Amino acid sequence: MWASPGKLKAKGIIGMNRRNIRYISRYNSRHLFPLVDDKLKTKLLAKRFGITTPDLIGTVTTQFDVKHITDMVAGHGGFAIKPAKGSGGKGILVIEHQDADGYVKPSGHRLHREDLERHVSNILSGLYSLGGATDIALVETLITFDEFLSEYTYEGVPDIRVIVFKGYPVMAMMRLSTAASDGKANLHQGAVGVGLDIATGTALRGVQFDRPRMDHPDTGHELASLRIPDWEVLLKLAASCYEMTGLGYLGTDMVLDRRHGPMLLELNARPGLAIQMTNGEGLRPRLDLIERQPDGANVEARVAFARHHFARRGELQVAS
Amino acid sequence: MSRVPFYLLVGVLMLTGIVMTVYRHVEFDVPWTPGEQREVWEVEAQVNFFANGGPVKVNLALPSHQENFRVLTENTASSGYGLSFLDDDSGRRAQWAIREASGGQQLYYSVQLLVAPDAEAPAVRPPQIPQDITWERPYDTAAQGIIARAHQQSADAFTFARELIQDFSGDRQDENARLLLTRFDRSPLIVRLLNQAGIAARKVDGLMLEDGRRRQALSSWLQVFDEDGDWVILNPATGEQGRPDNLLLWEASGQPVLEVQGGSNSGVSFSMLKHNEPAAVAVRNQLMNNTLLNFSIHSLPLEEQSLFKTILLIPIGALVVVLLRVLVGIKTSGTFMPVLIALAFIQTSLFTGLVGFLLVVAVGLVIRSYLSHLNLLLVARVSAVIITVIAIISLFSVLAYRMGLNAGLTITFFPMIILSWTIERMSILWEEEGPKQVLIQGGGSLVTAVLAYLAMNNPWIRHVTFNFLGIQLILMAFILLLGNYTGYRLLELRRFKPITED
Ligand SMILES: Nc1ncnc2c1ncn2[C@@H]1O[C@H](COP(=O)(O)OP(=O)(O)O)[C@@H](O)[C@H]1O
Ligand SMILES: [Mg+2]
Repeated sequence: MWASPGKLKAKGIIGMNRRNIRYISRYNSRHLFPLVDDKLKTKLLAKRFGITTPDLIGTVTTQFDVKHITDMVAGHGGFAIKPAKGSGGKGILVIEHQDADGYVKPSGHRLHREDLERHVSNILSGLYSLGGATDIALVETLITFDEFLSEYTYEGVPDIRVIVFKGYPVMAMMRLSTAASDGKANLHQGAVGVGLDIATGTALRGVQFDRPRMDHPDTGHELASLRIPDWEVLLKLAASCYEMTGLGYLGTDMVLDRRHGPMLLELNARPGLAIQMTNGEGLRPRLDLIERQPDGANVEARVAFARHHFARRGELQVAS
Repeated sequence: MSRVPFYLLVGVLMLTGIVMTVYRHVEFDVPWTPGEQREVWEVEAQVNFFANGGPVKVNLALPSHQENFRVLTENTASSGYGLSFLDDDSGRRAQWAIREASGGQQLYYSVQLLVAPDAEAPAVRPPQIPQDITWERPYDTAAQGIIARAHQQSADAFTFARELIQDFSGDRQDENARLLLTRFDRSPLIVRLLNQAGIAARKVDGLMLEDGRRRQALSSWLQVFDEDGDWVILNPATGEQGRPDNLLLWEASGQPVLEVQGGSNSGVSFSMLKHNEPAAVAVRNQLMNNTLLNFSIHSLPLEEQSLFKTILLIPIGALVVVLLRVLVGIKTSGTFMPVLIALAFIQTSLFTGLVGFLLVVAVGLVIRSYLSHLNLLLVARVSAVIITVIAIISLFSVLAYRMGLNAGLTITFFPMIILSWTIERMSILWEEEGPKQVLIQGGGSLVTAVLAYLAMNNPWIRHVTFNFLGIQLILMAFILLLGNYTGYRLLELRRFKPITED
């Protein structure tokens, strides 16, 4: 039932308190938070740095504009509405397609014009936002994920989370949505997390609700065979977010789009700790190692360093 | 980034807090526990005189804080007289005055004194030694003889005084002494002789405290100073040095105890009673002088005091929340909401509070789920929930009252705005993440609130926070330290357990 603190320490697991004090407040300066806490700002910033993100259909900023939401999404097929300052998948509404009768969620659940309007109105009131401040709603085109992933995920876009510490990718996982997570790939909503080897992008182990898992709960597909294509491109994309934001301890969420390849979905200044569970390994030794590296290495060097040092034993040969 | 300034700050806070707390305990006898008993003396002085029919002024010496005793409260009874208290170099005095009075008069003054063995004597300045002491013949030679003899047989001011007193008592009395006693009263005579020898001294008046005694008179004592300003009390009859434990100095600046203008046959007599009181009561009654270190809530009017009693408990609630979040890892809805709920529990008592809280939140959730169909703006919706909560609370109060459950009325102590937000949050949580999260977070909040309540309602904690403001600094230091804790939370030991299993 309980692990001893000594055992966790030996495994290099870091807890919330340590994450907050030792990494977030030390490496992420406060004034940079708005860049990542506001998804619209992140999008604009990424554009300046030539990093692709899902296309923006539009934004809704005032209650007055709420009723224009249906006009805005008309002709777009699938789309996602999200609060600019939301987190953890809260307030994200994914619509897979629309027809004359309304809007269909990945689960097949049908929504109507009023539901959409109420959702947007709630977003603007700050219901889903950090600290309850008033917010704006972003409308994005639906991400169509890579074909090969369809057996691994259920009714939603899987995303890849890479923790980037001082510009080095230190740990990665893929998050697969499930019936429980309602089309969103957020772990505490019930998505399955699969740890990925930093060297190769292959699956290490699966976890749902913090408990080990061998297969996908809805599709039944085993998880061990998962392997991300274009792994190096993806790592470089993640690593370059360090230069983009200046945040030292960063969670990058990426998706593999059928047409555009790896895309940046969003950034996180307070990434969760479940990634340790999916990797079966603590972050501490890796973070300690990075802390000992001199500053100033470029993206290629950092990615190469990480792939070399963080490869899991036995998988090293595949990497080189 | 150096942590030294941080630990320095924590150290300073901790130390200041401890020093302030210990100081209050030692200096003002504030006990560590609320149950401790303290000995309290109730002394009543009754002034009797015969008024001559014209204006009357009565001036009575009053006791002040002193070694062994601390003045708690004072009362007077004196129909028709105007009263003022004077406090100057010649000690504390009460002054009664009336334009016209005739016949027998009685004025009462009563004082409560706390027996405080480690209370220290306030600093006293030695009296001026009069320069022009002259004796008529033949007393001058007698005085000189006695002084010379005592000087011979003594080493310093105190032993000199003792020798001098013994010269006037019992079988040591010689001719010189007998001669002087025919002309002078004993105590003033000894003071005069001491002054003559260049030793500062005064006559003071004290009361021997004995339980249940009535109609007692003051007795004279000698206060003798040496060159360093140290002093001792001597018994003028025996020369015995040191004050008895039960001696209360009533007048200690060499002034008359009682002065009456416009009256005759005046006199003052004393009755006294000893009883034990809970220490906390004794402390409350203490007259506080407002020095900085003695900064105390007790100097506020009673009504503000009881308000502060609650306010000073909030940091305890906050500490419980910090402990549970940082060390245990319990999730609550709204960081400090549990503290407010706990405060409400203090008013309502735990059981009624819990039942009331669950009732209001449950009914609120049901009504809120209907509101969510109405497509309202957030502010409007929360306002509607607030009104609903008020309605629920009113309804419950009336129902409870009708059924004779007076406890139900206390439900109005719940912070309604906070309750409304709680309901709003819970209902969103319900829609977004299902009833399980509602139970986890709602349960977490409730557990935290109950623990905070138990801590805040603990008699010892209430006593200590209210009586020792230094505790607040210590709490602050603890909370700062906790804010710096990078170890695991208790629940993380369970969460991360699967990792250690292979
Ligand atoms: N444009 C989109 N198309 C399809 N699914 C999306 C889209 N945007 C977000 N999602 C789904 O929602 C999840 C959470 O989105 P994200 O932007 O990371 O917000 P959050 O900060 O709440 O985690 C993603 O993992 C993905 O599954
Ligand atoms: Mg995300």
